[in-house]
Amino acid sequence: MVVSLRFGVTLGVLAGFAVLPILTELFDQPYYLDIAMRMMCLAIAAVSLNLALGFGGMVSFGHAVFIGIGAYAVGIPAYYGEYSGFIQIPLAMGAAGLFALVTGAICLRTRGVYFIMITLAFAQMAFFALVSIEEYGGDDGLVIDTRSEFGGLIDLEQTATLYYLILAALIVSLYLVRRIVASRFGRVIRGAKSNDERAQAIGLDSYRYRLACYVISGALCGLAGALLGNFTGFISPDMMDWTRSGELIFMVVLGGAGSLFGPVLGAAAFLILEEFLSSLTIHWQIIFGPLLILMVLYGRGGIDGLLGGGAGDRHG
Amino acid sequence: MDWTLLVIQTLNGLQLGVLLFLLAAGLTLVFGIMDFINLAHGSLYMVGAFFCATVASLTGSFLLGVLAALPLTFAVGLAVELVVVRRLYARDHLDHVLATFGLILFFDAATQLIWGPEGIAISLPGFLDGRVSLGPGIEFPTYRLVIILVGLAVAAGLAYVVGATRIGMLIRAGASNRRMLGALGVDVNRLFTVVFATGATLAGLAGLMMAPITGAYVGMGNNILIVALVVIIIGGIGSVRGAFIAALVIGMIDTMGRAFLDSAMKLVLSAQNAETAAPALSAMLIYILMAGILAVRPRGLFAPKGR
Repeated sequence: MVVSLRFGVTLGVLAGFAVLPILTELFDQPYYLDIAMRMMCLAIAAVSLNLALGFGGMVSFGHAVFIGIGAYAVGIPAYYGEYSGFIQIPLAMGAAGLFALVTGAICLRTRGVYFIMITLAFAQMAFFALVSIEEYGGDDGLVIDTRSEFGGLIDLEQTATLYYLILAALIVSLYLVRRIVASRFGRVIRGAKSNDERAQAIGLDSYRYRLACYVISGALCGLAGALLGNFTGFISPDMMDWTRSGELIFMVVLGGAGSLFGPVLGAAAFLILEEFLSSLTIHWQIIFGPLLILMVLYGRGGIDGLLGGGAGDRHG
Repeated sequence: MDWTLLVIQTLNGLQLGVLLFLLAAGLTLVFGIMDFINLAHGSLYMVGAFFCATVASLTGSFLLGVLAALPLTFAVGLAVELVVVRRLYARDHLDHVLATFGLILFFDAATQLIWGPEGIAISLPGFLDGRVSLGPGIEFPTYRLVIILVGLAVAAGLAYVVGATRIGMLIRAGASNRRMLGALGVDVNRLFTVVFATGATLAGLAGLMMAPITGAYVGMGNNILIVALVVIIIGGIGSVRGAFIAALVIGMIDTMGRAFLDSAMKLVLSAQNAETAAPALSAMLIYILMAGILAVRPRGLFAPKGR
């Protein structure tokens, strides 16, 4: 059996994530564990965005809003003394999904550049709403002093436990997206992306399929936000700033939009690049911005394309 | 209702409206002709403000700052078009968004590197710094009135150029069918370079006019850009007239919402509830308006035909 380069890299990266806590413990470098946890949380968000953007052709420029909603769904109950993860996590996914349902129902009536702009505007709306609610810290954000509790089953206060919970969530997300994309539902989504008229002509109400896809994507991204909130212990409207949404799109495209594992590689590459450049200079974005432009101009298919993936048909 | 306050807030709304129009005009023209969406438009707003602030603090004259900043911003717009934007026309909107997002990161970092993280304040010359009386008991800052007049004059000038001159005819022709325009022997690329740099200059003008009020600071263009995007979405992307009407409506609604929503809500809610909900709701007002308009008209109010 010939193992393709892509498959090897996928297994390698996941295995790397799995053994990392042992290595950081061995070499006493807990900092790298923090980066890896951020990486995995953002990877879940990027995987969820990829479901809408890469497979569904819906260029959402407001996905960071779902991260923010997920994080606040942990933070606000915790503010009132409700720490149960059995409430917080479903709340995070439910609230993010509901926001996706309401805004998506309007956004999906529009196409192309209008869709990009209106998702961006809705995210801004939520951002400003949270900034102006003084009760939950407004601009300054909210500290989560206790991580989600799961009735004594698992203890997230232990960093390694949180780490493996995030890794498990990432693997489940990847599996879920893989199943969705391969299902009849996923074929409709991909078909409507490449030719919507044809999809409608054969009797498919593609609007409903897209909306369902958008809601799933939003809910999954809400989960990423809940995990990120648990990890950072501090949440603020800044998590849903529109530049965060731009970074998420960058991760997806960098890794390879429309490939299953690409966004994970994109998120990892993004954070490594950010860490590396910001260790060189505080003005690291002066290098990062042009790199982004060069990638758009010359880097078709992203990292997944380099590994020989054929799925990066984002211009289809 | 306090009539003095109402008049003053109306003028404030008008002032925000014309500023938004200056930003939105460039965005919507660029989109109209080349189908290009430019997120870095807010960076040009910032660059204009910084150029003006630098020259003003070197020479001590705000007006010299304005005169120097406009051609300098035009030059930056020209450079951005020739180096980056030109290569993106054939690409899809996702690529436009990503590449111009990269431009924003670059411009913000470069500005911080050159001018430092604190930003620059500009002081106004004496004759602009006072207040004018607009009637019994109604006083309004002279400078804000000047902003309104300049904005309206630019809008009128733009309407003339687009509606009644040869270059305006080419712009309109390019917006309805740019391949046909090219086939007729017009150098569409050069036309677009000029339009892009002109749009950049208008954004720079908006930025430098705001600079004496807010100061020039890194990232100042990023939030107002989103509002300008809301303006062109509501107005219909590609329509200058739509951008003008939508800019005034948005400027007015945003200002009025912030000024009067809490007292309006106190009529139906308890004082405490109104004070909690009003700031959040007034911040969301323009987005709710946008959602409502798009739910009825997905292409905005004045979307050009044939696109």
